[in-house]
Amino acid sequence: MDFLRPASWEEALAAKAEHPTAVPIAGGTDVMVEINFDHRRPEYLMDLNRIGDLTEWEVGEDTVRLGASVPYTKIMENLRAELPGLALASHTVASPQIRNRGGVGGNLGTASPAGDAHPALLAAGAEVEVESVRGSRRIPIDEFYRGVKRNALAPDELIRAVHVKKADGPQQFSKVGTRNAMVIAVCAFGLALHPETRTVRTGIGSAAPTPVRAKAAEEFLNAALDEGGFWDNGKIITPSVAKRFADLCSAACNPIDDVRGTASYRRHAVGVMARRTLTWTWESYRGTRRASEGAA
Amino acid sequence: MRVNFTVNGRPQEADDVWEGESLLYVLRERLGLPGSKNACEQGECGSCTVRLDGVPVCSCLVAAGQAEGRDVVTVEGLADFARQRSCGTGACGGTSLDEARQWQAEGTDSQTGEGSGLSPIQQAFIDAGAVQCGFCTPGLLVAADEMLERNPNPTDADIREALSGNLCRCTGYEKIMDAVRLAAARQSEGV
Ligand SMILES: Cc1cc2nc3c(=O)[nH]c(=O)nc-3n(C[C@H](O)[C@H](O)[C@H](O)COP(=O)(O)OP(=O)(O)OC[C@H]3O[C@@H](n4cnc5c(N)ncnc54)[C@H](O)[C@@H]3O)c2cc1C
Ligand code: FES
Ligand code: FES
Repeated sequence: MDFLRPASWEEALAAKAEHPTAVPIAGGTDVMVEINFDHRRPEYLMDLNRIGDLTEWEVGEDTVRLGASVPYTKIMENLRAELPGLALASHTVASPQIRNRGGVGGNLGTASPAGDAHPALLAAGAEVEVESVRGSRRIPIDEFYRGVKRNALAPDELIRAVHVKKADGPQQFSKVGTRNAMVIAVCAFGLALHPETRTVRTGIGSAAPTPVRAKAAEEFLNAALDEGGFWDNGKIITPSVAKRFADLCSAACNPIDDVRGTASYRRHAVGVMARRTLTWTWESYRGTRRASEGAA
Repeated sequence: MRVNFTVNGRPQEADDVWEGESLLYVLRERLGLPGSKNACEQGECGSCTVRLDGVPVCSCLVAAGQAEGRDVVTVEGLADFARQRSCGTGACGGTSLDEARQWQAEGTDSQTGEGSGLSPIQQAFIDAGAVQCGFCTPGLLVAADEMLERNPNPTDADIREALSGNLCRCTGYEKIMDAVRLAAARQSEGV
């Protein structure tokens, strides 16, 4: 094994072009487990910790540019207002020690259906900035996940940053597991209200071969909210609408039975989380509407 | 490969390190510092917790090469680290490898806490009876000490959260909670 230590992003791209089988290591919280258990013996291990830019973030007008290696702890501490869904999801990852090291770039690199960042990124809307010596491109998050633990990266590409839309409304993240800490999701659900475009977006984790959006559920809900004038009148969402939305979210799942849960449990739990997160976010939307009307 | 880094305030050099080796392995097997425990090697138990540039991490999940040029504090250096923090100047030295290797829990006089090579959190663990088999203790001490540095007046929820990455099979955690509360109370009284 060789240990590569690029001191800059350009050096890292050059090293990855020269050794496409090199395994990047950021927080190491996925990679080191595989090495410790001899599940993986890469020819080259490429340390990304020396590349300072990767741990930086920038809050722009409409999006946050989140460096690939920004640890979850920093997201929780610094980006709660801009990226509430991702901050909530980050807080459910593992433990403080793991959150101090692991980040979204590694979560995307592993592309496990159970990765907690994915539902939040799908719901908020995001693009993954990847680069190689051949050039840079932005992959829409919907096109990033390509199969169980497979992503859209070419062998010579590295993830540089994720561009996540800043929240324009309430967001929620919910996760089912056996306890509060140190738990890989049985299944997870992210939901974001986007009042500016009057749309709702979702993300489902651990209930299909890849993280997915519940697109039919989103379309149904967008139409129902529009028809009922809900965005303007701020009424409570009709229980039948919430129920139909939840059912469609369950139907978007394509889960398996495994040690963590059965397929039918996952489908059921996703429906429950969909209804709850919709209720929580909608209540919060109504609250801010009332407050701003009260102030006007 | 060779790895150079600072451990408990002193520069160290480890030779013949395998590229896939963990920081935990280097500390235990190459530097002779077995305080950080190896229980799971997969980030689940926290018994290998050390501070890497001040940040609590599972040393079993840090590749040794990633520690190059960086600063590590292990449980063996915790007493000195805590002393330096309270003397504030950084002039107090650090722990030599020989000192660290010979580290023993002295000053177990629970009444006075006197004469101790112990940090306040270590003393509190002894006084509260938070140590049974002791395997989880080093990781818990490092994690708890860091929390008290950041958050001198933690609520019970803060303590549980800060220690949620550390498993203990013996105590049932209540005595550990007592120990951290005790250390926090002593810290705020300036004892
Ligand atoms: C005890 C434990 C509990 C866990 N619990 C959770 C949990 O609750 N939720 C969850 O989502 N995850 C969990 N994980 C998994 C892991 O912590 C996350 O997937 C984390 O986001 C990985 O980030 P990292 O920086 O540590 O990745 P690394 O291990 O460094 O890398 C992961 C993968 O991504 C690749 N990679 C990293 N950076 C880049 C880059 N810039 N460009 C291209 N490829 C890259 C690596 O080559 C590797 O294939 C847990 C892990 C452990 C050990
Ligand atoms: S040995 Fe590192 S977390 Fe268990
Ligand atoms: S005292 Fe035995 S594991 Fe905690």
